[in-house]
Amino acid sequence: MPEKNFNITIIAATLLLITVGFILPGWLTFLTISILAKALVVVGVAVLMRGGIVSFGQGLYYCIGAYAVGLGGKFLGITDLLGLMFLALVAGLVSGSLLGLLMKRYREIFFAMFSLALSMILFGVLSKSQLLGSTDGFTIVKPTILGATLSTDNANHAIYIFACLLSGIVIWLGQRYLRSPMGFAGEALRDNEVRVEYLGVAPETIIYTKYLIASVTASLGGGLMALTLGHIGPEMAYWSQSGEFIFIALLGGTSHIAAPFVGTAVFEFIRTFALELAPNAWQIILGVVLIFIIIFFPSGIWSLFSSLKEKLRSGESGSPSKTPSVDLKKGDS
Amino acid sequence: MSLSIKATRFCKHMVVSLTLSTICVAVNAASDDPLKLGLVSFYSGGASGPVGIPSRNGADVIIKAINEGTLPGSYSNSGKGAGGRPVAPVYSDEAVDSAARVTEYRNLVQRQGVDAVIGYASSGSCLAITPVAEELKTLTLLYYCGSTRIFEEGARKYVFRTMASQDVENIAAARYITSLNPKLKSISGMNQNYAWGQDSWRDFKESLDQIKPAVSVKTKQFPKIFAGQYGAELTALARSGADVVHSSFWGGDMEALILQGAPRGVFDDQTLLLTTGGTAFYSLADQIPEGTVIGARGQGDMFAPESELNTWFRNAYKKAYGENPTFPAYYMAQSVLALKAAADKAAKAKGGAPAMDEVRAAMKGIEYASPAGTIKMARANGHQAITGVGYGTFTLVDGKPSLKNVRRYSAECVNPPAGTSSSDWIKSGFLGAQCKQ
Repeated sequence: MPEKNFNITIIAATLLLITVGFILPGWLTFLTISILAKALVVVGVAVLMRGGIVSFGQGLYYCIGAYAVGLGGKFLGITDLLGLMFLALVAGLVSGSLLGLLMKRYREIFFAMFSLALSMILFGVLSKSQLLGSTDGFTIVKPTILGATLSTDNANHAIYIFACLLSGIVIWLGQRYLRSPMGFAGEALRDNEVRVEYLGVAPETIIYTKYLIASVTASLGGGLMALTLGHIGPEMAYWSQSGEFIFIALLGGTSHIAAPFVGTAVFEFIRTFALELAPNAWQIILGVVLIFIIIFFPSGIWSLFSSLKEKLRSGESGSPSKTPSVDLKKGDS
Repeated sequence: MSLSIKATRFCKHMVVSLTLSTICVAVNAASDDPLKLGLVSFYSGGASGPVGIPSRNGADVIIKAINEGTLPGSYSNSGKGAGGRPVAPVYSDEAVDSAARVTEYRNLVQRQGVDAVIGYASSGSCLAITPVAEELKTLTLLYYCGSTRIFEEGARKYVFRTMASQDVENIAAARYITSLNPKLKSISGMNQNYAWGQDSWRDFKESLDQIKPAVSVKTKQFPKIFAGQYGAELTALARSGADVVHSSFWGGDMEALILQGAPRGVFDDQTLLLTTGGTAFYSLADQIPEGTVIGARGQGDMFAPESELNTWFRNAYKKAYGENPTFPAYYMAQSVLALKAAADKAAKAKGGAPAMDEVRAAMKGIEYASPAGTIKMARANGHQAITGVGYGTFTLVDGKPSLKNVRRYSAECVNPPAGTSSSDWIKSGFLGAQCKQ
């Protein structure tokens, strides 16, 4: 997609989402914020996947972001939405840049297991801290915005608008990154690390950059989730949460920066309606639907969009340009 | 090619069915005559067997009787429905991640349009739901979770809890064990390493310190929740040789503790004290060590005082599901009846079907009958129930499980008075406790 078109699309989509927010029923507003928050984490997972590495511990940064917001309110007395989210960003950046020094040296299953271990350590530490409510977690008050105290409804709406803007910015920046030499180097790394090294790019730098991006988006997602839920707990760092992020990444696909948003939306909508339909067998519905999606779209739901686009394009010029993606059937080399 | 066509078709179906279900929901919510009640507990996963399914069954027995007007005892002349409104249950699963619990609560209220919600077995869920319930101004009855923090962290307008908090059963446990064994010298602990286990041990230990200050702690084990294997911890317990082992294990973990500990003889010389042992009472009758102290988090099941309502509940439950109602069923029944009692009270005052705000006002400080005895909403400004707590010692009589040395501690004996936090009350030496000797 030409850059200009992309910019217009992303601005239009963000504005549309913000406008729609004024007429959405309460539950849908809330569901949309949770989708955007989770999708931010999945963006990071997908960015790492494009470099051929799977983080089984993205819950670590999701939890760090949430606790940064929670602790910032509880102990530092910060209540401002932007201030708290900035805190989440800094927390993700600092912890990611430190742990990244270690993580950039590992690949494949070692990277996955190591990231899993780190997130479970955080879970263990938080579960033992009675001051922070142990596994029960603690409550976060609704934020103020630029010094103004808002009613609960207005605060929810402000979080919604902020979530839309934040997602728009992340998609825009993410696309720029993926289309940059550094972004493409990630895919090269996935195909053959030795060749990349001979080309004069340090693989560790590529991984480190990806890891930093992933930790920052994950902690932003965690912070956003904390603000909208009003309650946080160590569960956010539990391995099953990280597993869900990977699953959504595969579901949405990794071929485009916006794919995780589509994947998360599909996942959450199926889940909520399956829960309503069958309160004690909803996992079966969710599982079956997701299996079908994976069978029909092995490269994720986004492949539906890209194949449509290719069809249109091949009608015009006849030379389809294939976007790289992780193919579930073929797997990674 | 055909794949993508199929896929497009599939997507279209998805969109259509999603839209349809949204429309159906909107139509349902429009008629507000029946009292639409959200019922949330663990209907899937590990906690569904011991807690969630008995709770759901207990709710169904009571709701059926409410709608048919067949409740006995003090409810016998209360007519059909709660305050004249038939109760229509909507079920939602608690076994989802913490974010989805809040999302699903909002969906129950805002999408499905329920008038009130009863539910939540985990304290983490209760703490997360409470501020949302206040925000959405929806009457919410917590039926099973134990955390004392729910009403100690702020005044609540819309949230009630119809059973005693988790400190109460441990205070009663300390009282029971010292009366059973006046020469008690040492204890050990076996609790799960999460909020419930940590708090239970803390409250038991601090209560014991007040009642019998010289008791020493031999070992305290905090294995992971749902660990399933307790070999190392059981060895530590066996070596410690304390008089009593306190455990707040529940459900499958508690059963595993019995099944793994009993054959090794760990509890031959040490008395095992299970604060939630009641759920294994029937199912593990042959495995529970003789002399094990069993609690039921209140006066549910085997500790329920004789009453017409209790006899009816046991029979109706047994008839419907072919088994005895365990205590989670009792506490869910207790919660649904709170709604019935408050709605009836509000209807009587108004002379017609009450609105939810009137039901909420009537619930404050209400005293009502349940299969597990009389429940008083006496603490936290009339939002927190106080209930009696029973403990007994397990014994097999002719191959059937039974209890000896049963003691029922009155609500005023083991619950902190209104306005006092539980930790302050324990530290004060249970100031003002009224215990019958």
